Amino acid sequence: MNVQSPNSFRNGPDEEGQFGIFGGRFVAETLMPNILELDEAYAKAKKDPEFLSELEYLNKHYTGRPSPIYFAERLTEHLGGAKVYFKRDELNHTGSHKINNCLGQILLAKRMGKTRIIAETGAGQHGVASATVAARFGYPCMVYMGAKDVHRQSPNVFRMKLLGAEIESVTAGAGTLKDAMNEALRDWVTNVEDTYYLIGTAAGPHPYPELVRDFQSVIGKECREQIQEAEGRLPDMLVASVGGGSNAIGLFHPFLDDESVQIVGVEAGGKGLEGDEHCASLTAGRPGVLHGNRTYLLQDAEGQIEEGASISAGLDYPGIGPEHSWLKDTGRVDYVPIMDTEALEAFQLLCRLEGIIPALEPSHALAEVVKRAPTMDKDQIIVMNLCGRGDKDVHTVAEALGIKV
Amino acid sequence: MTQRMTNRFAKLAEENRPAFVTYFMGGDPDFKTSVEIMKGLPKAGADVIELGMPFSDPMADGPSIQAAGLRALKQGQNLPRTFDMVRAFREDDDETPIVLMGYYNPIYQYGSEKFLDDAKEAGVDGMIIVDLPPEMDEELCIPALSRDLNFIRLATPTTDEKRLPKVLSNTSGFLYYVSINGITGAAAPKPDEVAKSVAHIKAKTDIPICVGFGVRSAEQAAAIGRAADGVVVGSAIVSTVANSLKDNKPTKNTVSSTLELVASIAEGVRTARH
Repeated sequence: MNVQSPNSFRNGPDEEGQFGIFGGRFVAETLMPNILELDEAYAKAKKDPEFLSELEYLNKHYTGRPSPIYFAERLTEHLGGAKVYFKRDELNHTGSHKINNCLGQILLAKRMGKTRIIAETGAGQHGVASATVAARFGYPCMVYMGAKDVHRQSPNVFRMKLLGAEIESVTAGAGTLKDAMNEALRDWVTNVEDTYYLIGTAAGPHPYPELVRDFQSVIGKECREQIQEAEGRLPDMLVASVGGGSNAIGLFHPFLDDESVQIVGVEAGGKGLEGDEHCASLTAGRPGVLHGNRTYLLQDAEGQIEEGASISAGLDYPGIGPEHSWLKDTGRVDYVPIMDTEALEAFQLLCRLEGIIPALEPSHALAEVVKRAPTMDKDQIIVMNLCGRGDKDVHTVAEALGIKV
Repeated sequence: MTQRMTNRFAKLAEENRPAFVTYFMGGDPDFKTSVEIMKGLPKAGADVIELGMPFSDPMADGPSIQAAGLRALKQGQNLPRTFDMVRAFREDDDETPIVLMGYYNPIYQYGSEKFLDDAKEAGVDGMIIVDLPPEMDEELCIPALSRDLNFIRLATPTTDEKRLPKVLSNTSGFLYYVSINGITGAAAPKPDEVAKSVAHIKAKTDIPICVGFGVRSAEQAAAIGRAADGVVVGSAIVSTVANSLKDNKPTKNTVSSTLELVASIAEGVRTARH
């Protein structure tokens, strides 16, 4: 699909909540008043200095922002090409970028007078971040998590429980993120009056894709300043992993109108795109409607949604945020798949070369950097979003490598 | 409204009784059995038939309808077969209105225009698409109305004064009042509250109002039917199908037990205003 290039890539969504044909509000009528109320609340909040300063304070003193950028000297040397920098959102409180969005949304929930928080989670990073902000602001929190993910991300399950959240293990479907999101939506429809649905990625009905992107854009805004301070110019390339796509859109959005910056999103190629064990919705899917928005989806010929598959629970989702679908069709961002095995290799490489254990999600981005950096000049610059730390993944990695912990 | 829908509600008004609207899942437990169930519904007392179109991710449905959808998909149910069911039904019955109910993505993949043309040709009267609120009317609602197909909208307890006019705009056939905030097959509605809400909506529109979600028995149906123009029963029917199965396959009781349940609830609906 080819779409004419707009004057700016940073003006979306339109009044209908759409990025081109993507996005929108495909939800049950029960939820519409709530979604319109959220839209109104967010429109007011983003212009309210009090809201913005409270968020800024929490970002700084609670999360530890700004997260640094780090020149990965030994990795750069090893790859022998472009200079590789990491935006280190894995150093955030709770261990990933997810907290950026959760703090913004919990402040919205408070303004809207909601008294209960629900969330879905895949890898558990968003569940932990949701449980964290719910504890910090004194809300009960229910986290929906696929049964398969509960098993493979057990450290995060216990963290959520320590933080006082209730975990609902979802056995419907394949028991992964998609099914958790269905259950969260069913809870929301049932408890719509008092419940705030804290969506973890830049997807779902409008205004979620917009507001999640805005809260995550702190990553790209900081990065723009930091890289100019370090190198005196903008980077040549940005790389980030995309599951739903919140860390990626957060890094990319402030750079979308900088033509000199090439932008690459990395999808989970799982065991390969020829079979059905992958999550590359943009590379191998086609536009459809699920979970409140129109976007690229993995689906069969008749529009039934297919289960994704990835070694990374956080990328294991058959859809993608609608803004990414639009950025793909406009050609502004390149989206490429990385296989499980490539991500595993990159994971180990980073542990040994830089002393950083990355999450499996950014390990996909890293594997793409490993491919691209050697083909670039030594004075070129890549910034990769190191959006989560890998403590949660050590069991999965051990299992994949055939090692008993 | 289609002629069938207009005639049906006119006849019911004449008889001073509410419509009994029955939902079942197309293709559950298999194509042949579900055609038999469908053909038996009018005689068992159904006035309007909602034919469920299965979807892998039914976000507004409870466990019964989720499971029914998965059974149907496993048996190969899809939109062409849905239309085949309607055609088979129309061989013997050209009076009972048929409303397709489901989610948007399978329709979007099939092609919205083609879906509407094929539905019209097969003898469908209208549709309820759960994830197409009025904000998304350009997708399917407007093209459906232009073909004289009914686009039946859902109103819910969250539909307030401000929202109601928007919900009523472009609605046709009947309005489906969802009696509780929740998913299908959940808690039972309170008849008093439902009566109040129905009266409130009736003040703003002339189209019939049918009430559903959580209605499982003849008594409940009678209580709801006192205030509403129609009562919708779905999960109870779908559960009866499920309970009759052995290893997910139909037994000799599947059609009969399902139609017996429909007949018993129909009795409740018919006596609602006596």
